[in-house]
Amino acid sequence: MNVLALQALKKEINKDFDNVKDLKTLDELRVKYLSKKGIITELNSKIKEIPNEEKKDYGMKVNEVRSYFNDKYDSLKTTLEKEALEMKLAQEKIDLTLPSVKFKTGSPNILEKLIEEVEELLISMGYDVLDGPEVEEDKYNFEMLNLPKGHPARDAQDTFYLENEELLLRSQTSPVQVRAMLAKKGKEPIRMICPGKTYRRDDDDATHSHQFMQIEGLVVDKNISLSDLKGTIDLIVKRLFGNDTITRFRPSYYPFTEPSVEVDISCFKCKGEGCNICKNTGFITVAGAGIVHPHVLEMAGYDPKEWTGFAFGFGADRLAMLKYGINDVRVFYNTDLRETKDFDRVEE
Amino acid sequence: MINLEWVKDYIDLTDEDLEKLAVKITEAGINIEKVITNSIPNLVIGKVISCVDHPDSDHLHVCKVDIGSEVLNIVCGAPNVRTGLKVIVAKVGAILPGDFEIKKSKIRGVESCGMICALYELGLEEKNEETYAKGIHELSDDAPIGKDPLTFLGLTDTLYELDIHKHRNNDCYYHLGFAYEIAAILNRKVTLPDLTFKENLPSVEDMLTLTVATKKCPYYSARIVTDVEIGESPDFIKKRLNSVGIRSINNVVDISNYVMLEFGQPLHFFDKDKLGTNILVRDAKDKEEIITLDGKKRLLSEDDIVITDGVKPVCIAGVMGGENTEVTPDTKTILIESAIFDPVSIRYTASKLNLKSEASIRYAKGLNYEYTELALQRACHLLEKYAHAKVLTGEKVYDKIDKTPKVVTFKQEEINKMLGINISLEDMKIELGRLDFPFTLDNDTFTVTIPNRRLDVDPNVNDIAEEIGRLYGYQNLVSTLPIAPTKKGGYAKDVLLRKNVSKRLRSLGLNETKTYTLVSKEMASMFNYDNKRGKELPNPMSQDKSVLRTTLIPSLLNIYNYNKARHVEDIMLYEISKVYDIEYNEEIKVAVLMKGRYLSNLVTTDVKVDFYLIKGIFENLLDYLGFKNRYHLEPCKLPDVHPYIGAKIFLDKDMVGIIGKVDPSVNSDDIYILELSLTKLMKSSKPLKYKEASKYPAVSKDIAFIVPKDMTSKEIETVIKKAGGRLLSEIKVFDVYTGEHVSKDEKSIAYNLVFQNNERTLTDEEVMEIFNNIVTKVTTTLNVKLRDK
Repeated sequence: MNVLALQALKKEINKDFDNVKDLKTLDELRVKYLSKKGIITELNSKIKEIPNEEKKDYGMKVNEVRSYFNDKYDSLKTTLEKEALEMKLAQEKIDLTLPSVKFKTGSPNILEKLIEEVEELLISMGYDVLDGPEVEEDKYNFEMLNLPKGHPARDAQDTFYLENEELLLRSQTSPVQVRAMLAKKGKEPIRMICPGKTYRRDDDDATHSHQFMQIEGLVVDKNISLSDLKGTIDLIVKRLFGNDTITRFRPSYYPFTEPSVEVDISCFKCKGEGCNICKNTGFITVAGAGIVHPHVLEMAGYDPKEWTGFAFGFGADRLAMLKYGINDVRVFYNTDLRETKDFDRVEE
Repeated sequence: MINLEWVKDYIDLTDEDLEKLAVKITEAGINIEKVITNSIPNLVIGKVISCVDHPDSDHLHVCKVDIGSEVLNIVCGAPNVRTGLKVIVAKVGAILPGDFEIKKSKIRGVESCGMICALYELGLEEKNEETYAKGIHELSDDAPIGKDPLTFLGLTDTLYELDIHKHRNNDCYYHLGFAYEIAAILNRKVTLPDLTFKENLPSVEDMLTLTVATKKCPYYSARIVTDVEIGESPDFIKKRLNSVGIRSINNVVDISNYVMLEFGQPLHFFDKDKLGTNILVRDAKDKEEIITLDGKKRLLSEDDIVITDGVKPVCIAGVMGGENTEVTPDTKTILIESAIFDPVSIRYTASKLNLKSEASIRYAKGLNYEYTELALQRACHLLEKYAHAKVLTGEKVYDKIDKTPKVVTFKQEEINKMLGINISLEDMKIELGRLDFPFTLDNDTFTVTIPNRRLDVDPNVNDIAEEIGRLYGYQNLVSTLPIAPTKKGGYAKDVLLRKNVSKRLRSLGLNETKTYTLVSKEMASMFNYDNKRGKELPNPMSQDKSVLRTTLIPSLLNIYNYNKARHVEDIMLYEISKVYDIEYNEEIKVAVLMKGRYLSNLVTTDVKVDFYLIKGIFENLLDYLGFKNRYHLEPCKLPDVHPYIGAKIFLDKDMVGIIGKVDPSVNSDDIYILELSLTKLMKSSKPLKYKEASKYPAVSKDIAFIVPKDMTSKEIETVIKKAGGRLLSEIKVFDVYTGEHVSKDEKSIAYNLVFQNNERTLTDEEVMEIFNNIVTKVTTTLNVKLRDK
């Protein structure tokens, strides 16, 4: 093979490559040149017929053609494969703005969500979360809370009695505190909360509900003070309404605490300026609390000379109404999935 | 309602800003809801200078009214308007209660530039038939034309509307008690009102015997006045009673009310001539009758206390007097009763007879015997002065009051420990002085005597800490946290289970609901699968809340219907709640309701809720709680559940709940429900342990049987499991077929079986041997065919 023939062959190869459109036609070239009967394979096999002194030169030329072909082939193959892949992917293009697969989100009841926030905080401070019966004995619901039969404060609590005057639907969650104290037999300190359902004979309307929820807490220990109560409540309301919330105590009266206080917080909406939520007072009442009455400690087996304690009670319904801007308490007891679906999320 | 002008009789409040004082009082614990100062701009005193009939009306009058600055033409419909009368005129621009603005108008063609007012139109009297019939308010002749009528009437006094908690009603719902509270806050002294009167013979001793024959009357005192002239009250009494909402009747009735509002002590006046010479206080007899002042016959029982003339009742003690001894305009001699009755008994009787009054409320809260004495003297003073009464010598008293003083001893440190702050000895002395609590001090130990007027203060450290604390100011409390050894907090076992179930159900896409424990009888009768009856309330508020529920499913169906009516299509609900049966056995239940698309997308296929989906929810939940492989279903018929899609759920050997589809006759939608007793799920589960996955390959084989249509997969699986032994690690149904390739009452059911050994690779021979054994056992035991490949 002389130089001219070599060049002619390269030219033919060039021409052939120019006509390649896709991987299929490229493969046809591989067959044409490199298969058993391919042009380059044939050239290679002809080496036997070449005189010995020319064999080396001939072999080099054939190899040159082969490399020439292979280089071209490889580079074009890469290009074509890339194009083919791109084409394939292009065909997979979809409208990313079409709707997603809708996972059904399971939202908590709004009251439970709020209660869980308070629980989380207080558990981290060493409080236990307890529960007690909703069908309760008069003894635990009233008598052991310093509300003997005939006490005037019983009128207001208009109670659902079940059996005579002995069994009732609990009108407060405080009986759980009594039970907790009795369980510890006056010997161990207590830190507990007992969020739960309560019942009173109120006609249901936007602000009243015959069934509602309380978040009550009790701490019994040596040397518990009213200032400890204030610090604890301060943390709870900051957790619920933000770190700039201010707690204010006002003297009040409950049969089971002495001193008793009413807890106001600075209005989270107007920050004390006065608005419709705080009725222009800058403060909102959110809880009742106090130092556990010595009679209550004594009845539950704790020596008031040795032990003191504080107790607090929030209305979960009221807190949730304030926190989320709800103005009808019935929202909590008649789940409207259109309203609750947004509550399946975390908060700061 | 407290009238501050009245309070000024007992304490100097000159230069006090009453608005600011109200804030201070509220901060110290007596909640003042409202400070009321009656003031209506554009009201003037006018004089009617002419009054003629309206030309076009049979009851209207056209009046010319001189208001000093001008003469107004006013059309007035009151029957009592007449020439010469001094009246209250609301000028154009005045805004009366109810946002009623007075405008210039034409009434049947006659111009009217204002309105002549009745007191009820100004919100100063209740509007009722009686006040309406009185017509416009007639001012006395000395009323100054052009001046403010409310000032003239003394109705501009500042009033405090109180919202005090029950225990303080004793000393703060009367003016003298309130004065003491202000005195403590402002550190001033209280002066008692004039109690003096002249005693005249004969002596009461000779005219009356007093016997108390009940334990429910610890104190009874009586005096007699004669020569009473019943007439109008003096202006100041009328005005003051009026300002706090009590209507003036006559001088005698008004004085009894006035004294009650001064000292908190209700009095009762008997016509002595009708009463006779004996008073016997005793428990009423069963079915004893009395006609009360309002003319109604009252039936009494042994729980009530009566005042009798020795024989018949003349008064229901503390509640209402009898008609037979009523003070009337002709009454000349009055017996004044000032007494203390058992509070619980009075509350009981008043509410039983539906006769709650200012007086009965006060008796029911308990009274201070010191004021019971003083009130009697004060009444005599006022009757002498304003009803020309002669007070007879002496007083009849029955007195069994325990007068042991309430004394408490405490150290300064005890108060400070309770409040968590440091109040100096000096400051504590100041606070006790302001409270007017007599005390002695020995080093740092106080001995305090609590005055009788403070019935609410018990002799213990807590009560004193409260009194000192509230005056010292709760704003001075600091925020601290209890100091105690660190302890881990957590959920009690039952609460934790509740929380865990909630957590998993929410993550499975179910929405938590909370519904009412009390349901209607109809709801209570549904889904009664565990044969439990709900307790009916003895005294329900309404029929729809009359029974304690035993199942949550009907409540969830209500929520379902509520949401469906609001076009929510996919409804996934759960609720956890306590339920009670008729014996008050408590159970915590969780109920689940599912309907619609569990997963949805416009383009891809939806996953709809069906039985197998809710079964998956239940299995996932129980696996999560650690009960894998310990539960099973037993299909059966359950009330209000689809007869063929319903089962009881068993954990170990206990029935713990139900699962199924709601019976179409209850609701025709494809609703699936699940209810479990969490109480019964409160069992221990195996501790969590790591299990290494097998290193050796598993062998998978498929097999299908032609079986009768009714045969459950569980029956077949049981046989497979037994025949497969421990090398058979998994059985999965992957196809169930009915149709043309099998006969009408048969189905094909196909299983994928996985064999695995954790110690070595299984050989084909081993697997085939087990597999063949399974085929043989299933076909022979169950008498079914192997399906041809």
